[in-house]
Amino acid sequence: MSASAIFVLDLKGKVLICRNYKGDVDMAEIDHFLPLLMQHEEEGLLCPVLSHGSVHFLWIKHSNLYLVATTNKNSNASLVYSFLYKLVEVFTEYFKELEEESIQDNFVVVYELLDELMDFGFPQTTDSKILQEYITQEGAKLEVAKSKVPTTVTNAVSWRSEGIKYKKNEVFIDVIESINVLVKPLIWIESVIEKFSHSRVEIMVKAKGQFKKQSVANNVEVRVPVPSDADSPKFKTSTGSAKYVPEKNLVVWTIKSFPVRYMKIIEKSGYQALPWVRYITQSGDYQLRTNV
Amino acid sequence: MTDSKYFTTTKKGEIFELKAELNSDKKEKKKEAVKKVIASMTVGKDVSALFPDVVNCMQTDNLELKKLVYLYLMNYAKSQPDMAIMAVNTFVKDCEDPNPLIRALAVRTMGCIRVDKITEYLCEPLRKCLKDEDPYVRKTAAVCVAKLHDINAQLVEDQGFLDTLKDLISDSNPMVVANAVAALSEIAESHPNSNLLDLNPQTINKLLTALNECTEWGQIFILDCLANYTPRDDRESQSICERVTPRLSHANSAVVLSAVKVLMKFMEMLPKDLDYYGTLLKKLAPPLVTLLSAEPELQYVALRNINLIVQRRPEILKHEMKVFFVKYNDPIYVKLEKLDIMIRLASQANIAQVLAELKEYATEVDVDFVRKAVRAIGRCAIKVEQSAERCVSTLLDLIQTKVNYVVQEAIVVIKDIFRKYPNKYESVIATLCENLDSLDEPEARAAMIWIVGEYAERIDNADELLESFLEGFHDESTQVQLQLLTAIVKLFLKKPTETQELVQQVLSLATQDSDNPDLRDRGYIYWRLLSTDPVAAKEVVLAEKPLISEETDLIEPTLLEELICHIGTLASVYHKPPSAFVEGSRGVQHKRLPGSAGSGDSVDSPDTASAAGVSEAPPAVIPSQGDLLGDLLNLDLTPPTATGPPPAPSSGLQMGAMDLLGGGLDSLLGGDLGGSPALGAGFGAPPAAMPASFNAPVSGGLDDLFDLGGGVGMPMGSYSPPKTVWLPAMKAKGLEISGTFARRAGVIQMEMTLTNKAMSVMTDFAIQFNRNSFGLAPAGPLQILTPLSPNQSIEAALPLSTVGPVMKMEPLTNLQVAVKNNIDVFYFSCQYPISMLFVEDGKMERQVFLATWKDIPNDNESQFQIKDCHLNSDAASNKLQGSNVFTIAKRTVEGQDMLYQSMKLTNGIWVLAELRVQTGNPNYTVSLKCRAPEVSQCVFQSYEAMLKN
Repeated sequence: MSASAIFVLDLKGKVLICRNYKGDVDMAEIDHFLPLLMQHEEEGLLCPVLSHGSVHFLWIKHSNLYLVATTNKNSNASLVYSFLYKLVEVFTEYFKELEEESIQDNFVVVYELLDELMDFGFPQTTDSKILQEYITQEGAKLEVAKSKVPTTVTNAVSWRSEGIKYKKNEVFIDVIESINVLVKPLIWIESVIEKFSHSRVEIMVKAKGQFKKQSVANNVEVRVPVPSDADSPKFKTSTGSAKYVPEKNLVVWTIKSFPVRYMKIIEKSGYQALPWVRYITQSGDYQLRTNV
Repeated sequence: MTDSKYFTTTKKGEIFELKAELNSDKKEKKKEAVKKVIASMTVGKDVSALFPDVVNCMQTDNLELKKLVYLYLMNYAKSQPDMAIMAVNTFVKDCEDPNPLIRALAVRTMGCIRVDKITEYLCEPLRKCLKDEDPYVRKTAAVCVAKLHDINAQLVEDQGFLDTLKDLISDSNPMVVANAVAALSEIAESHPNSNLLDLNPQTINKLLTALNECTEWGQIFILDCLANYTPRDDRESQSICERVTPRLSHANSAVVLSAVKVLMKFMEMLPKDLDYYGTLLKKLAPPLVTLLSAEPELQYVALRNINLIVQRRPEILKHEMKVFFVKYNDPIYVKLEKLDIMIRLASQANIAQVLAELKEYATEVDVDFVRKAVRAIGRCAIKVEQSAERCVSTLLDLIQTKVNYVVQEAIVVIKDIFRKYPNKYESVIATLCENLDSLDEPEARAAMIWIVGEYAERIDNADELLESFLEGFHDESTQVQLQLLTAIVKLFLKKPTETQELVQQVLSLATQDSDNPDLRDRGYIYWRLLSTDPVAAKEVVLAEKPLISEETDLIEPTLLEELICHIGTLASVYHKPPSAFVEGSRGVQHKRLPGSAGSGDSVDSPDTASAAGVSEAPPAVIPSQGDLLGDLLNLDLTPPTATGPPPAPSSGLQMGAMDLLGGGLDSLLGGDLGGSPALGAGFGAPPAAMPASFNAPVSGGLDDLFDLGGGVGMPMGSYSPPKTVWLPAMKAKGLEISGTFARRAGVIQMEMTLTNKAMSVMTDFAIQFNRNSFGLAPAGPLQILTPLSPNQSIEAALPLSTVGPVMKMEPLTNLQVAVKNNIDVFYFSCQYPISMLFVEDGKMERQVFLATWKDIPNDNESQFQIKDCHLNSDAASNKLQGSNVFTIAKRTVEGQDMLYQSMKLTNGIWVLAELRVQTGNPNYTVSLKCRAPEVSQCVFQSYEAMLKN
């Protein structure tokens, strides 16, 4: 139905910890995972499902770890990925950061959690709030806490412990909107490359702001790639300064202030503010690409 | 202090030290030691030697320690089955512990210890746990049944655990229900015919109730199980759909997809005019859109599934084009899938938006993505006719970017656009031609060549363009070579006067200098076509091509139905049925959509009918053309072993393929050789006339130029016809073969005179036949022991058997022969008189004759006139008898002698004849009756030949 085994690997493909749930896939199959991944990556065919013979690897990457599920059945793939992300969530709740070190530092709890989170390939209780009621990192506390099963484990509403009371019944909603855009270059770069003799190249670079004069961009850097064997550079700039960075094979032209402005997001609809609802617009990534 | 310290003890004697610590009296020390053991296990060290010591720590009230020991047991029990027994008692005891966590832990772990001996002891504790008062224990026990079933299915059945498991579907706790469903589904999957999940409206109701109350994972188990149910009618279907629909708003993508699966399946049963049907369609869109905000891997699974959903029910997402627009930071696998769906959703209404997007994508940085985007523009043009013009101009803009791979991809898709809208956008050809030099990928080169060939009449310098490709012909990939060959032939047919040299050049490159059979075959076919009938060639090569279809890569409908039933699973990600990648699932029934099951049957029936039609047709023994050439070219001299069946006279085999190579092959080769310098040397003569005569106007008939007549028109021989030239020296680098056939003492012989008209000595002769109507084959090697000097002739008699491979020829007695010597391989064809095949025991009993004559339908009778024959009936009878035509009876009626005769062919076919001879009349009448009427013509010709010689 879902996973035969779950592995946590480091970036080199070494198994940090694993749990065999069903025993129908050879645990040594995981050795094929990283070579397979690298091969696909090289061919530009990276894919969240990789297969080797009859074994399928479903994987995600989190910081410096690969979380991999193996199966040889027609598993529910969306369940497996959801579970792997849930695993990350639970581990993060437990260890703050999920990374190679935290797995090693907490391997006993990791084993305990793996045992509790999934049984025979079926995800079980994965709510970290509830898990923390009976699986804790403090061995000393265990004896008391673990004497009974928290009722929430098998409750209808798993995410809310019983008996919580509030003075006021209020609900707060955060509407978070994140914008990721690829914008047209705000600074237009033109370059003319002229070869003079066997040994001399002249590169003329022009930068043009696309916006009104009053807006300014600070610390603009224009990087001009040059051949690796370039030497004796000579610069002439109308504004800013240029310098040769031989270790990167670049000429970097720095302009302290440049007439351009950043993108501004204006909410045009003029939404009505509702009590308890907060709209948060985050500026996501901006990427500028220029043709040089 | 973290656990990492346990990983650091790696010194020698570690195991020994650990052993001591494990047996320590201090609890804390014991626990530390077990942790160290587990740490070693984690890094892959073998700590199985500590098994007894670790098991000794099992009896503890410290839960953490117990868990660690259990973990150790799960890992090593299999390698130490005997010692694992030691743990049984503690397990059994733990299953009765007052703490439900320990009871559940024990039953969970026991199920994971896959040791037969332990499973026996597992049964009793499991039985108790299945009825435990605590739902946490019951839900764990439910899964344990599936584990035990995996180890020992029989035991589980014998112990009645399956029934208990079924009972748990009615458990009061939804988690228990969910796990019971999961366990049953798992067991049912490995036993497809067990009817375990006996779903009925009552159980379905229980499942639907539990669905609202259990965890996200439990919901998935239940939904996946529901998807296997087939409602009795549309009302039940609708009521299930109504109760499943709320799951569509779950935050977990897997829950959403499993709900979509149930709905997509049950929707099939709803009448389309039902209001609810429309409502449901509308409800499906938002959750599918929301899936695209999940993590990239989940997006990927969702997109692969949406691809299926869009093919099955395009109406659901037809207004949602925008959400499939690619984000620049999407991973490549998401980008590519989105592109696919964009094309599927492209319509006249949204094409402008789509094109604008695609054009942006074409300037992205990822090469694979850019290529696919360019291709997508082409697919849009083909799919949405109104947009074709805009697509073409977008592609032209992209070509102007001069980005190499963009240009190449654009040319490939423009070729497809031409295939869809012929003669509409030729104005762009000029632009395409400008980029000829930059094309370095075979697909793009082939596409460009195709375009030049297709529109050769409108491209002034088409010949120059194609010629430029021809220079490096042998370095090109096969697809380019094939395309170039076709394009040049097209060009020749369109502009014959200027391009003769070019076509000659490409034909000889393809047929002589290439090892690729596809190329060679295509070359021969063109050559033959051009040489026999240029008009036909024009019709074939320049035929109007069928337009390419709009939708590409659609999944075949039955597979699509099956995949819809597997939404969310690996099958839906791979777009393959589970049987294609899951071992041992071959016998498993393919899932089908419910409503379509009936309609599927009706679709099947014409299929079955046509399949039956095929089976009635004669078993096809027509070898492919490749085989044929292979046979001829493969000149090893192993005697033919296959005892082919006699030719089935009524089989009506097709002769088409043969015709191409029959008379043509040798003549083609002959004509061709005339022009080759190699022959010039060996022959001592100036190159033959072909290249020169190529300058003749085409209407004059290429057949003359190629000297077609060669092998075909062999005159029909008599009993022992005089030798005729089978292979002229012109065509065989100086080797001339003339020959005849004879039947001597019951043995068929091929009698040949081989003459060396070349300047050099010929040695190493060998011969081979192509398959033929009567299975003639050399009975031994060709015996020419001495080298054949220039101007020398040698006689050779080759005994033939009739046990070679059989293939019906046209004409029936045609024989294709390959002769090899130290210089080359040569081909010719000749015909043998069918009387060679009349066997000595061909005299039929009178009674049998009469009965047979009556029995053969009159339709099979044919009558021929033999003119100017001056023998009387007895002389005729005698003469015929010499060739194994036996007179059985003679009757004289009104001055007319009627001879009743029989003959039998080597393959057992009987031919019955009535020969009427009237005194004083030199014209005989022959009536032939045979169950295989196609031999009659040959037999008649033999009669004439036998009687007149």
